[in-house]
Amino acid sequence: MGKKRTKIKLGGSSVALKLISYVVVILFTIICILPFILIVSASFSTEVIINKEGFGLLPKGPTLSAYSWVFRYPKMILGSYAVTITMTVCGTILGLFLIAMTGYALQRKDFRFRNLLSFFIYFTTLFSAGMAPTFIWVSRYLNLRGSYLAVFLQLLMSPWLIILMKNFAKSVPYEITESGKMDGAGDFRIFISLIFPMLKPALATVGLFLALGYWNEWYQSSLYLGSSVTYKPLQYYLYNIINTANALRGSVAGANVTFTDLPSNTLKMATAVVATGPIIFLYPFVQKYFISGITIGAVKG
Amino acid sequence: MKNSNTKQQYKTEIVKAPKKSLWKILKDNKTLLLMCLPAIIFFIVFNYCPLPGVYIAFTNYNFRDGIFGSPFVGFKNFEFLIKSGQLWNLTKNTVLYNLVFIILGNVLQVALAIMMNEIRSKWFKKVSQTIMFLPYFISAVLIGAITFNIFNYDTGVLNTIIREAGGNPIKIYSMAGLWPFIIIFCQMWQQTGYGSVVYFASICGIDSGIVEAAEVDGATNWQRIRYIILPSLKPTFVILLLFALGGIMRGNFGLFWNLVGNNSQLFATTDIIETAVYRMMMSQNNFATSSAVGLYQSIFGFVLVMISNWLVKRIDPNYALF
Repeated sequence: MGKKRTKIKLGGSSVALKLISYVVVILFTIICILPFILIVSASFSTEVIINKEGFGLLPKGPTLSAYSWVFRYPKMILGSYAVTITMTVCGTILGLFLIAMTGYALQRKDFRFRNLLSFFIYFTTLFSAGMAPTFIWVSRYLNLRGSYLAVFLQLLMSPWLIILMKNFAKSVPYEITESGKMDGAGDFRIFISLIFPMLKPALATVGLFLALGYWNEWYQSSLYLGSSVTYKPLQYYLYNIINTANALRGSVAGANVTFTDLPSNTLKMATAVVATGPIIFLYPFVQKYFISGITIGAVKG
Repeated sequence: MKNSNTKQQYKTEIVKAPKKSLWKILKDNKTLLLMCLPAIIFFIVFNYCPLPGVYIAFTNYNFRDGIFGSPFVGFKNFEFLIKSGQLWNLTKNTVLYNLVFIILGNVLQVALAIMMNEIRSKWFKKVSQTIMFLPYFISAVLIGAITFNIFNYDTGVLNTIIREAGGNPIKIYSMAGLWPFIIIFCQMWQQTGYGSVVYFASICGIDSGIVEAAEVDGATNWQRIRYIILPSLKPTFVILLLFALGGIMRGNFGLFWNLVGNNSQLFATTDIIETAVYRMMMSQNNFATSSAVGLYQSIFGFVLVMISNWLVKRIDPNYALF
């Protein structure tokens, strides 16, 4: 960034390289956005035409019918929204606080247990019990099967995010901690009032990772919630709609419709749009911090 | 006299310091320890407590008898996995996919970063970067929905195009040979924009004096890339590569499961360790075999991380994880 360039005359190869770069980047950008356009177009299409002609790049027979089906009996989808939003907001705030606290403590040079505890946390990435033993432990011994807590708690922290935060906290000069000590503030006080505000880019980065984790969660839900909760987290709800005909029918439960009435193809796509929308709108607000955040954290984390 | 007294005190303090009792150390670090406590509890409860459960891999687990009540069968579960050829197939698929992901992924990321660097227009850079990040933000479930939208037999975009061109639609969801390409494409689609940022940052970090000197000396663009940019990316590349190799036994479960799921026609080319473990557990209720595969993966993965970390340490100790 901020690199100054002397202006030199553009030779033939230079123009060619620039041209290729622009073309490739534009192509790649199109490839990145095209699937989104496909999904959105499909969600605004008329089911009958889709069944005859198939999905296309542009909406066929533009209509809001699929969306009106999604919200016809809004209890299910709104319930899912409520579950996911609650989990995302609470999980991100709580997780962020705990991770920042741990990350800060773990890099304090005067903390005797920093290496021991760092390894204690890091070891969990080296060796894990695996899916089945963890599942049996959490569902049978912690008795969390069918509880939102099973999902909420397991996504709260991760070793990588703690290491990322620790590396960020390292870049805050130790003098600040020392000045706090001079003034007689305790470690917790120093963290809250002096360090925490300085970790802003790190908080944005780790916070976005946490929020993404919660918002895009479907896997833990499939293990621990299954069909035992009425309102499934949003992505798990979408997962079911896409993969099982029953869930599709259930999504409009009470509508007294036969399956053939349902615009199943376009309804799937509309649900996908509804389930994904909000997290994409969050991104531009944190982009500035996020890019610098992953750059710092990438190699060592 | 006074002077020697302080000296005396100073000395005793030095002698005393290492003798601090554990209790005293704990007390001195009390607040910092308390600050770590939630994380410690978290990892004990969710990561350390399940560890004894790997014993399931050596039992014929049933729900009624529980982990330690179920009959012990020794290495029978592993024997079965090896004899049926399943373990080999899963390992092969997982490792091969990851190799392609790592090599192709890093090459594409470097190429994209170099091209981004050629672009001068600020707003263009910003807009394209924002869009390239989009795929990273969506869930694997949505990727499953997108592939369904494109590839399904009746209404898929691809078959729509084929029909319009007068061809016969193809049943992509039963053609195992095609799926490695689809899966690799999806992985690249989701990760390239995100991954290139790291390389892009390394390029931006190159001393502009060197680049200018090269330009003054009449270096062509290709020479600039070949002799300045690529060598400067080498450390990042090597480190990322080695870390990725450490994780070569771990697959991207969400992507594979949402693309393939329970579609057994595709398993020969698409089944990786994670999907098999999940399916054994969820569809077949076979916790014992599932645990055996998981344990095999953990041990193998552990050894690989150790090796890759050792290699990183030899190249640049600063980057080593421990």
